[in-house]
Amino acid sequence: MTALAAGTAEGRRADQTPLVEMRNIAIHFGGVRAVDDVSIDLMPGEVVALLGHNGAGKSTLIKILSGAYRADMGEIYVNGEKAEIRSTRDAKRYGIETIYQTLALAENIDAAGNLFLGRELMTGWGTLDDQRMAAETRKVMQRLNPNFRNLKTPVRSLSGGQRQSVAIARAIYFNARILIMDEPTAALGPAETRMVAELIQQLKAEGIGIFLISHDIHDVYDLADRCAVMKNGKLVGVVRTREVSKDDILGMIILGKNPITGTVVY
Amino acid sequence: MTVSSPLPAARMSGRGLIETLEIDTRMLAMIGALAAIWVVFDVITGGLFLTPRNLWNLAVQTSSVAAMATGMVLVIVARHIDLSVGSLLGLTGMVMAVLQSRFFGIDGDLGWVLSVLAGFVLAGAIGGIQGWWIAYRGVPAFIVTLAGLLIYRGLAWWMTSGQTVAPLNPNFELIGGGLDGSLGAFWSWALGVAAILALCARAVFARRRRHAYGFPVRPLWAEAAVLAAQIVPVVAFVMVMNAYPQPRTNVPMGIPVPVLIVIAVMLVMTFVATRTRFGRYVFAIGGNPEAAELSGINVRRITVWIFVVMGLLVAVGAAIATARLKAGLNATGELDELRVIAAAVIGGTSLAGGVGTIFGAVLGALTMQSLQSGMVLLGLPSPMQNVVIGLVLVLAVWLDQSYRRRRL
Ligand SMILES: Nc1ncnc2c1ncn2[C@@H]1O[C@H](COP(=O)(O)OP(=O)(O)OP(=O)(O)O)[C@@H](O)[C@H]1O
Ligand SMILES: [Mg+2]
Repeated sequence: MTALAAGTAEGRRADQTPLVEMRNIAIHFGGVRAVDDVSIDLMPGEVVALLGHNGAGKSTLIKILSGAYRADMGEIYVNGEKAEIRSTRDAKRYGIETIYQTLALAENIDAAGNLFLGRELMTGWGTLDDQRMAAETRKVMQRLNPNFRNLKTPVRSLSGGQRQSVAIARAIYFNARILIMDEPTAALGPAETRMVAELIQQLKAEGIGIFLISHDIHDVYDLADRCAVMKNGKLVGVVRTREVSKDDILGMIILGKNPITGTVVY
Repeated sequence: MTVSSPLPAARMSGRGLIETLEIDTRMLAMIGALAAIWVVFDVITGGLFLTPRNLWNLAVQTSSVAAMATGMVLVIVARHIDLSVGSLLGLTGMVMAVLQSRFFGIDGDLGWVLSVLAGFVLAGAIGGIQGWWIAYRGVPAFIVTLAGLLIYRGLAWWMTSGQTVAPLNPNFELIGGGLDGSLGAFWSWALGVAAILALCARAVFARRRRHAYGFPVRPLWAEAAVLAAQIVPVVAFVMVMNAYPQPRTNVPMGIPVPVLIVIAVMLVMTFVATRTRFGRYVFAIGGNPEAAELSGINVRRITVWIFVVMGLLVAVGAAIATARLKAGLNATGELDELRVIAAAVIGGTSLAGGVGTIFGAVLGALTMQSLQSGMVLLGLPSPMQNVVIGLVLVLAVWLDQSYRRRRL
């Protein structure tokens, strides 16, 4: 608790209400405490990196925010008000969009079908408006990956990077206010990775709050305003990125040692 | 960001022709296989196979299984299976027969209409109950519907202690085809012309929409070729059905009522599968159930509806089969679950889920019935027919898998 209090107090400008606040979140799968009493917040226009080793509980924590899992304990506040997030639909109503680590694409359906899955555009007759969905997809893809042409082939036959672009497009198309990106550049080449970095800057300027998940500090050091580090389901701490060195953060990830308070998470 | 100008039309090179025409090569291969089967049987039976009479009968015999196969596509696409359709057909047909012959009376049309409606309600409800066990209680579809296979056949027997129920209302019997159960030449042609107009309208409409959104459209000649490829079979079908005369009166039979029903079912189910949210969700669930759930799709509710639709289509099959037999029999539809699953699978529905077409399943049903009918003409004993059908099933799925692997 001390580590967390220090991280939040130093990290946050006290005069603003956070866009999202997750308080004392816990969840377990069988005997595994995947997330154990974690509190974390996000300001408008802020990028918070969520770091940690494989299995630290990063994806599980953000899946609670995106409505995929229900927490055993803890509360979520959006704009200072308590939010009841029981499903991914609820989360989307709060403007929370997610790029899942697994991408969560239906392999047999084309890019447009995936982009609008669950939120299809319909014609006046109540049928699927595939042409309009494809046209909209083409527009949003232009911002991410101008070379993207395969609008009508099943996602299965796309490359890893193209699939990732589809997943990112789906998250930004619906005007998210809170964006969760779980390792969004894992399958991207250098050019596309740079485009995603630019996109993040752009969204940040629009006042969107972003949780950026990674297990590598080098991926996120230049982008993140704050870094939150998890280890074995627990929060090691939250630090302002420019107040600590990369080595400090590596120490948090590897040793679980908070550079400010000195507390250690095992 | 503005919509970019229309992309240049597809280039004409290598596989250019097929791409320009946007032909589904897999469907083409299936049609080719069916044509080959027909020609081979026609040659070895000395011209007995490709006669209007045989083709007319073939169409009628395919109807019941074809109607159910369109529903099985959705079931299998969503990674489930339904082993109960044969037994449920038996029970539903029996209920329709008992209601009209013992309760509502076979005189007048109200009785048989009510009995058919009751059959639909029953089969739809049973489908829903099965779907509920699968979706909300987590019992695998294989087990739930295997139990159904035993239960419904048993109940069909129990209703009359195994006795056959006859006679039925003559108008009800028209649903099964038979000597009077056809449209006749005029209405068959009227329907054919309507179909041609609808195909043309659809082509024009689709082209306009694509153009409106700046997507490439086929060159006009290609559009015309595709349209012709759709119209020619329609004309040929009507001509063949009209070429079979009623044995005594020599009046052309025309399109049989059960075939008409199957065409309607096929159109409705194609619409459901490709143009509605429900259909899109069924495919999404089959492609990646987790992604479907994360997208906010209510996977459980969709699953229940899939089995309701399957139940309703079993009722269609039951009406056709019972009307064709002109009696309610406890054994009606025995082994149909296997024919229906085989039709869907031969028609390109992947048991791994996520892939399948309604039209393919109907073609699959027609292919299976063609084999069966050809072997009957050859005088092959029925146990040996099963041997052949079994081998063909394995062969078809193997071919399909190797085709997909090479393509993807
Ligand atoms: N659905 C689940 N059922 C059971 N255990 C789970 C489930 N999801 C996650 N876990 C467990 O919870 C722990 C945290 O997993 P999580 O996926 O959140 O890690 P992560 O930090 O995202 O790791 P990575 O960097 O590999 O993505 C792991 O021990 C994992 O095995
Ligand atoms: Mg993860």
